[in-house]
Amino acid sequence: MVELVLEIREMCKSFGALKATDGVSLDLRPSEIHALIGPNGAGKSTLMHQISGSIRQDSGTIRFLGEDITALGMPERVRLGLGRSFQISSLVPEFSVLRNVMLAIQARQGSSFRFFRPVLNDKSLTEPAMSALERVGLAKRANFLAAELSHGERRQLEIAIVLALGSKAFLFDEPMAGMGPEGSKALTAFLDGLRNEAPILLVEHDMDAVFALADRISVLVYGRIIASGKVADIRNDAEVRRAYLGEPV
Amino acid sequence: MMPRETLVNTVLALLLLAIPLVAVAIDEPFYVTLSTRIAILALAAVGLNIALGLGGLVSFGHAAFFGIGGYTAAILATHAFNAEPLFFGLEGTTSMPWIWLVAMVICGLMALFIGLISLRTSGVYFIMITLAFAQMIYYFAISWPAYGGEDGLSLSVRNTFPLLSTAKPLPFFVVCYTMLLAAMVLFSLIRGSRFGAALQTARQNETRLAAVGIVPLNIKLAAFVISAIVTGLAGALFADLNRFASPSMLSWHMSGELIVLVILGGKGRLFGPLAGAMLYVMFEYTLGGITERWQFFLGLILLGVVLFIRGGLLGLLAGKARYG
Ligand SMILES: Nc1ncnc2c1ncn2[C@@H]1O[C@H](COP(=O)(O)OP(=O)(O)OP(=O)(O)O)[C@@H](O)[C@H]1O
Ligand SMILES: [Mg+2]
Repeated sequence: MVELVLEIREMCKSFGALKATDGVSLDLRPSEIHALIGPNGAGKSTLMHQISGSIRQDSGTIRFLGEDITALGMPERVRLGLGRSFQISSLVPEFSVLRNVMLAIQARQGSSFRFFRPVLNDKSLTEPAMSALERVGLAKRANFLAAELSHGERRQLEIAIVLALGSKAFLFDEPMAGMGPEGSKALTAFLDGLRNEAPILLVEHDMDAVFALADRISVLVYGRIIASGKVADIRNDAEVRRAYLGEPV
Repeated sequence: MMPRETLVNTVLALLLLAIPLVAVAIDEPFYVTLSTRIAILALAAVGLNIALGLGGLVSFGHAAFFGIGGYTAAILATHAFNAEPLFFGLEGTTSMPWIWLVAMVICGLMALFIGLISLRTSGVYFIMITLAFAQMIYYFAISWPAYGGEDGLSLSVRNTFPLLSTAKPLPFFVVCYTMLLAAMVLFSLIRGSRFGAALQTARQNETRLAAVGIVPLNIKLAAFVISAIVTGLAGALFADLNRFASPSMLSWHMSGELIVLVILGGKGRLFGPLAGAMLYVMFEYTLGGITERWQFFLGLILLGVVLFIRGGLLGLLAGKARYG
């Protein structure tokens, strides 16, 4: 049996009367890309928030690398190796691109209670941060402010930050959004290689990317998983076509 | 070429040093006292600037630490003067370094307690909780007759510092000025450090901080404690300046005044508090001589600063801050 990286069991979350997550169970296996698709408002981001720990589920459990992390907050989960990117980029706007990544490096080193040594010429921070930027092709923008980046570049920076954290599983919420065809293509190729580093749970609307990358696809509609399986099966599933791909049957 | 901010900072630092030296030369000791007042208020505001400027923590209760610092100085000195032990046979003291140490430890512990409760909230709730704690301490002080109650507590003589005759205005100014510079060095180191990076992230985007695995509360709590310690030190010096610990040091007006100093000067800026304190004391002195309602005009100026020059005085003189 394969050891599961992530095991999500019977997650539920309501906002008032709205069941945003309704009994979702989901796995992430080593070196796979598991795509989570579904129409707008299906509850994909809400589920990703619960997995990363930024919102608390009403019920359900999460295991990560065999450990029950249900009770942990987001910082603890990140330190265990669960890295995430945000659907709406979440960066430090007044910091340079490089400093945004350096923050991840210092967090990974567990060294935020150092009060005196300046970070700006600290090679143990700048060098690994720079190599993370190089990997996502953002090195030439290192000294710009995060606020000055284009929408697509912000997405790249988010990925660089997660790489810098050395995560053991990646949660990406619509990383292609706002990237343009060129950028999407490049990122698709990049994620394809990244799965060997750590498995990816990918929320994405770009179907070309999803079909190119995913090992498995789960379809979320109104907070429930209506289908889950191999790419070909999902493509041909009648219910999925009706509910999501918008085709008459 | 020197960056413009460095130039502005150097001018401000030298100006504050020059005024008392000239004043002594032309035998106008009043201006020495005025400069000392500026240095102490600036020191208190440097403390607040760590929480407010770097961490975005709008504490409306820093008077608590300023006042506790002041009362610590006065209480220790009174006990030493009357040769009455404090408790458990502990003696009072009139030695400034000891007084500062005690004041800073008490303020740090107090801030740890207040911070643990208040930092779980944010925005207007944080403002209100810090205010509430400071007011509680204020009412406690005015209802405690042993240490002066509403009348405050005076010091018979200024406390001492090894090798200096602090009773004279100029040596005491030098002590305060040195402490101000030391606090600004600390501020600058913190701002550039790993802790500073985390703290400034907490201000700009707390979710980002949590998403790299740093617990925002821990960072903010440490900043709040350091901030309180610096402001507490200023309070101890302020009591020595006036030879009086007044309950007004603990009142919400004082908290507001410290926020005004930081914002007037430019929040998060190294020399913002000094610029703010200089302007504030200058207004207090000049406008205060003309009209009792000088604070009305100060209010207008503050409104102008907030509306038109967002970066405060330092923003006006030295341009926008860049963080690298
Ligand atoms: N904090 C909240 N309070 C109330 N309702 C919320 C909250 N967050 C999300 N919702 C609602 O929950 C539902 C699921 O939202 P969610 O953002 O998870 O959808 P999504 O699948 O990510 O959509 P998209 O594809 O547009 O990103 C939506 O109806 C949304 O309006
Ligand atoms: Mg979403």
